Amino acid sequence: MASTQTGWEDRIELVNLLRYAVPLVLASTGETVGQKSGVINIGLEGCLMVGAYSAMAVTLDTRNPFLGCAAGILAGLVLALLFAWFTVWRSQDQVVVGTAINLLATGLTLALFQSRFGQSGSLLSLPSLPQFGGEWDVVMLFVPLLVVLAWASITKTTWGLALRAAGEAPKAVEAAGFSALKLRTQGLAVSGALGGLAGAYLTVGLTGSYAPGITAGRGFVAIAMVTFGRWRPFWVAMATILVGFADSLQYELQAAGLPVPYQLLKALPYVIALTVLIIVGSGKDVPLSLGQAFRRNS
Amino acid sequence: MIRTVLTALGLVVVLALTLACFGVAVGPGLLLLTEGAFGDKFAIARTLVKATPLLLTALGMTVAWKTGVYNIGGEGQYIVGAVFAAAIGKLLLPTSPGPIWTVLMLIAAILGGAGYASLAGWLYVRRGVEIVISTILLNFIAIQILGWAVEGPLKEKAGQVPQTDSIPDAAMLIKFDRQMDLHAGVVLALLAAVAVYLLMYRTRLGFLMRVTGDNRRAARANQIPADRLQVVAMAISGGLCGLAGGVQYLGIVGRLGTTFPEQWGFLGIPVALLGGLHPLGVIPAAVYFGALFAGSDQLSRFTPAGTSLVYVIQAVAVLGFVAMSTVKWRRRKPDGRTESNS
Repeated sequence: MASTQTGWEDRIELVNLLRYAVPLVLASTGETVGQKSGVINIGLEGCLMVGAYSAMAVTLDTRNPFLGCAAGILAGLVLALLFAWFTVWRSQDQVVVGTAINLLATGLTLALFQSRFGQSGSLLSLPSLPQFGGEWDVVMLFVPLLVVLAWASITKTTWGLALRAAGEAPKAVEAAGFSALKLRTQGLAVSGALGGLAGAYLTVGLTGSYAPGITAGRGFVAIAMVTFGRWRPFWVAMATILVGFADSLQYELQAAGLPVPYQLLKALPYVIALTVLIIVGSGKDVPLSLGQAFRRNS
Repeated sequence: MIRTVLTALGLVVVLALTLACFGVAVGPGLLLLTEGAFGDKFAIARTLVKATPLLLTALGMTVAWKTGVYNIGGEGQYIVGAVFAAAIGKLLLPTSPGPIWTVLMLIAAILGGAGYASLAGWLYVRRGVEIVISTILLNFIAIQILGWAVEGPLKEKAGQVPQTDSIPDAAMLIKFDRQMDLHAGVVLALLAAVAVYLLMYRTRLGFLMRVTGDNRRAARANQIPADRLQVVAMAISGGLCGLAGGVQYLGIVGRLGTTFPEQWGFLGIPVALLGGLHPLGVIPAAVYFGALFAGSDQLSRFTPAGTSLVYVIQAVAVLGFVAMSTVKWRRRKPDGRTESNS
């Protein structure tokens, strides 16, 4: 995406690197909470897509990027709740429903975009989030806070304990008087809302523009990073920043004229993630009931 | 039978509703779609050409999912298959092009896809890496492999554009009519459907694969080598997706560039699901969506949102299908027996 290459040629600044990592950190942190409750939100990419589209549409109409962010969060939330209805409350397969959700988001955002702007799809320019102190904006400041918040709420609160239990042994959590279904829905709601915000940030934060396909698979990357970061919010955040770093490195190396094919660098984060998974295997960190539908009376 | 009719009717309803939602007059819209998909021999050819990669990737998904491995790496396997075919094409350059090229390149495509998918299968059974996660990662890596190949070792002789040289016509899949895109890949895809059907429902291997897919634990308890079967299933699945890439390459595009991936690998998943994960059921499902893709070009007269509506229709259809099986499950509930994910 040509629109995202803002001044990489000059130098890589730390703040820039962080900016690029923001959507991924948001999405993967949300996905971590969701997976802790036992559900893999395969529809995360779709949440990013509807988040990005809604943020664009609302920002264009209201000229207010904050309202755009709110719309993105809402859209991601709604899509995740649709996913939850099928997978948690109707015990349907998470991969099947997630695939359908992603398709739905792809089709809806593209169809809506084309009915509004025509087939040509000229590059839109949007009012961006206000920046201060160089390239900082409010969502960037929110991100570290969010990671700490996610960590604390998962590990230090009763809700977090119950949430984790829903991901490990939903039957036991029900016996203790909680609703595993509600906990899983809450986990998905967090992942959807943050996925929506991640999409919104892509449009009104990072690029100030929108084009179909702007999410470029970031939702999928975020899902993989959760496994890579062993379901620990801090590790997951570090893993996504590593991806962002490798992504930015390609421009640097290209500019320096090094004989390394830049595709190798682009593939590197995924190769690293895969290698780590091979080394640790499924390991002991994975929530025991991850990916399995829970049925009350079975 | 009733289910098939219901599904077919449901698909038409979904189609009509989606058109209505986007402000297209339903009657004329449907008519135009049908005309664009089946109106004359050119339209039918367009439909079959679009259905071909869908059928092959959907067959791939069917084999894997029936064996309990959720391969969502069809896109990566499709790409790697095509890259392998292109690599063989480059090696064959000194010889004179002919049908033997086509055969060798398609075999390379199958092997490439199969190898790439087996990697994920092997990681799953040996290292416990979830197929869903590993195939997602492998999809991203495949895109970079393609990018590197067409800019590096497989780049065209002229050296201008990051793409491979065109395959000589003599090595392309046979076309039945010079005016149409329809190529022999259609026949290959149909043969593959029959072959997958025979494998899954008429052989011992297929039976064991289905048992493994129904209940891995029970299969293991009965001395069935579930691990090995799941790797085999991934290999076959990837082989079919790789073949899809090879067929698209040798039937339609003739050269690889970075725009080669067109999501056929992903779109195979909903087609497989709507085909009831049955190798013969995916044939009508693939033709239906092939027809939608072929016909939706015509729709752009009514709405700028042409082809993108097909994705919406696919998604709604899958969700509707899933909701229908929910109803079935709830009916089954009173006897107290529930199966694991079906």
